[in-house]
Amino acid sequence: MRASMKLEMKDTPGQLVSVLTPISECGGNIIAVIHQRDPDSDSGVLDVQIVLDLPEGRLDDLVGQIKRRGVTITRIGKERLFLQRSLLMIGHIMHTDISDTVDQIDRTGYAEVSELSLVMPAINERSSARITLKTATATDMNKAVALLRKVSAAKEILIVEPLEECG
Amino acid sequence: MRIAILGFGSVGRGIARVIQEKDPGITVTGLADSRSGIMDPEGIDLPAALDRKEKKGLCGDRQVSPLNVVDGAEYDALVEVSPTRIDDGEPATTHIVHALSRGKHVVTSNKGPIALAHRRLHALAVSHGVQLRYEATVCGAIPVLHILQHDLLGNQVQALHGVMNGTCNFILTRMEDEGLTYDQALAEAREMGYAEADPTYDVKGIDAALKLVILANTVWDLGVTLDDVEITGIDLITPEAIRLACDRETTIRLIAEAIPEKGLLRVSPRIIPQGHPLLVEGTLNAVTLHTDLAGELTFIGKGAGSVETASAVIGDLLYLGEHHAGAH
Repeated sequence: MRASMKLEMKDTPGQLVSVLTPISECGGNIIAVIHQRDPDSDSGVLDVQIVLDLPEGRLDDLVGQIKRRGVTITRIGKERLFLQRSLLMIGHIMHTDISDTVDQIDRTGYAEVSELSLVMPAINERSSARITLKTATATDMNKAVALLRKVSAAKEILIVEPLEECG
Repeated sequence: MRIAILGFGSVGRGIARVIQEKDPGITVTGLADSRSGIMDPEGIDLPAALDRKEKKGLCGDRQVSPLNVVDGAEYDALVEVSPTRIDDGEPATTHIVHALSRGKHVVTSNKGPIALAHRRLHALAVSHGVQLRYEATVCGAIPVLHILQHDLLGNQVQALHGVMNGTCNFILTRMEDEGLTYDQALAEAREMGYAEADPTYDVKGIDAALKLVILANTVWDLGVTLDDVEITGIDLITPEAIRLACDRETTIRLIAEAIPEKGLLRVSPRIIPQGHPLLVEGTLNAVTLHTDLAGELTFIGKGAGSVETASAVIGDLLYLGEHHAGAH
C-alpha cells in the first residue's frame, strides 16, 4: 500500500530519525522524504512529508508509534482512504434500494463505496453485485463490513466476504 | 486386535473389505446392521457376511440386535459406523456409551455423537481408561485429528480454516468452470452420487459446521455445539456472483473457520484468491492450521468415500493397537 504522510515535528536533531525508525520496524519502505522548512519561520517546528510503501494492515500500528514519539500527523495520504475490500452481494439488490445501501456506508464518514458492478440476469431473478469499500484503517473496514452485513440482512441480501485469515 | 463393527453400509463394508484384503492384524468378532447381528469370538467369516448382506440385505441373525453385539461380543474396540440421526446422535451415541462403559475403546465415523456429546463421551472414556477416536468424522481421509493431537504437540493452534464439504465444493467448482446455475450443478452432483436426494444437510453448511464443532472441541475443548456456529450455505450463490469474483482473480468457496481468540465459529461462502492453498477442485477437502511454532500448514485430501473413510477408521484402530493395547 502506498501512503503519504505530512508530519509536524520539533526542529531539533534526532527528530526525523525517530519517525523513520518505526516505519522500517513496520516493514515499510520509504520512497521519499520531503522537508518543507520555511526559512522565515522561527517557530521551531519542521514540516516533513514522507511517501512510503507499507504492508497492508500496518498503518494503524505505524500511526500509533509515530504519535507516541510526540510527532503530530497533520495529514495522511493524498487520498484519505487507503484500504479497500471487495465483497459480493446476492439478492434483490435494485428493488431493496441500492442507493440507500450505498448511502448508509457513505454517511458513516469513515467508509465509502468506491465501486459497484451489478449483474441482473432476468426480471424477478436475484441479481449479483461486486461492491468495493474504502476506509483509512482496518478497524474502520471491519466496522464498514459489519454495517453492510447488517443493512443487507434486513434486505435479505447475502453478503460474501473475502477470507481474511488471522488478519 | 478384536473389533466389533456396528453398521454395515458403505463405510462398514469398506472397512470389512480393507481388513480382508490387507490383513492388518484385526479380527472382527462382532458385526451388526440395523436389523441383524452376528458374534464369533474366533472371528467372523467376512466374505460370507459381505455375501449375505449383498444377497439378503442382512449381515447376520435377525434375533441378534446391534445392542446385543455391543454388550455381548468379545472385542477390544467398537467400530461405530451405523446410520445415525443428526438431531440426537442416535442410535450411535447409545452404542458408544455402552461400549465405553464396558471398558472398550471406540472408533467412530459418526459426527452426531461427537458433535453433540463430546465432553460426556470423552469423560466416560477417561473414567474407564479407554480411548474414543473419531478421525473419520472430519475431512475424510485427511488425518487432521491425528496431526492436531500428536504431530503438532508443543504447538498452540491459533486458528483453522477449511473446505470441509465435498458436495459444496463440487457444486461451486462446476458453477465456476462451466457457468452452471446452482440447480444445474446440484443436479449434476446428484447424478454423480456426490449429493443426497435431500441435499439440505450439505448445501446449507450443516455438515461443515458439525465438522467445525468437532475440531473446535477437540483442539480447544470449547464445549460448543451446532448452535454456536454462524452458518450460511451455498444454495443462494449465483453464477453471476462467481463471475464477478473471477473478474478479480478470485472465486467462491464454502469455508469453515474457527478463531477462538475472536470468538469466531463460522461456515460461509467466501471470496478466496486464485492460487490460494484452500482452493481445491471437485469433492476434495482442505484444511489450514495456523500454529505458533510450525506456522501455517495446509492438508488436502479426499473428503468422503467408503475406502477413504475406512482409511481413517483403520488408522485409528491400528493406533489403538500400537499405543493402547491390553484394554480389558
